[in-house]
Amino acid sequence: MARAATTTDAFNAVAEPQRRQILDLLAAGELPVNDLVALLGLAQPQVSKHLKVLREVGLVHVRDEGRQRLYRLNGRSLKPIHDWVSNYREAWEERFQALEQLLEELKHDEENDHGNGE
Amino acid sequence: MATASSGTAVVTLPTDTQILITRDFAAPKHLIYKAWTTPELIKRWWSANRGEVILAEVDLRVGGKWRYVMLADARCFPQASPGAGGVEVGFHGEYREIVPNERIVSTEVFEGAPEAEAVDTLTLTESGGCTTLTILVQHQTTEHRDMHIESGMEAGLQDALDLLEGVAISLDGDTKSPS
Repeated sequence: MARAATTTDAFNAVAEPQRRQILDLLAAGELPVNDLVALLGLAQPQVSKHLKVLREVGLVHVRDEGRQRLYRLNGRSLKPIHDWVSNYREAWEERFQALEQLLEELKHDEENDHGNGE
Repeated sequence: MATASSGTAVVTLPTDTQILITRDFAAPKHLIYKAWTTPELIKRWWSANRGEVILAEVDLRVGGKWRYVMLADARCFPQASPGAGGVEVGFHGEYREIVPNERIVSTEVFEGAPEAEAVDTLTLTESGGCTTLTILVQHQTTEHRDMHIESGMEAGLQDALDLLEGVAISLDGDTKSPS
């Protein structure tokens, strides 16, 4: 299965742990690049490179305010990823519900066994 | 009828190569363990009513093998060959660690994508009659992990994804690499 280029696919963009860390930080609110650099403990060029990828897939938006570049999370672009995991979750939930019904039966069986003095 | 209590399973992606599934049950852990490891019982829940488990082999000892085969309802597989009664979907693996009623570590291979072997860790933790079940799926690569979840996003195959618990990569396997 061919993988999309890092810069065209939100899934690949968030596959990188440091980029996920950036998104986590921005989830709390808008931040200037300098703050991100300080919080992440990475070199500025590295952070800028990650931000560029995130910007290109629309995961973050940027605006200039005076001499600062401010980055913020674009929640909407995370929806495909949320949906991606949701489908998987729902599939498991369906299976768990079937398991739950079976467990109710097993519980009753066990209670009856005890009721009959084993 | 399954809608009222739905929404309690939680799925997270702790690292680039893992999937973690968590779910609470109002049942003691020994019963969940029994349902999880007894072939006749596995056949009653594992397909989640979307097919029939036609084989459930469990050799529950370290180094022992397991294999499940489901005959998936053809209606859930729009891409299946017309007229087919269903699609056989097989999974197998080997037990690596067994702590009765508490923990099972096993490998898992979807037979349509045999290169993507994962290691699953099931844990059961009981407290006051309720049990928290966790399944940690450890893939070898991010690509395998992502395929495991992602493939179900292919258009029109949502039902199949549900059926295959996200191992819906199988559809690719069925159409491209019949083994």
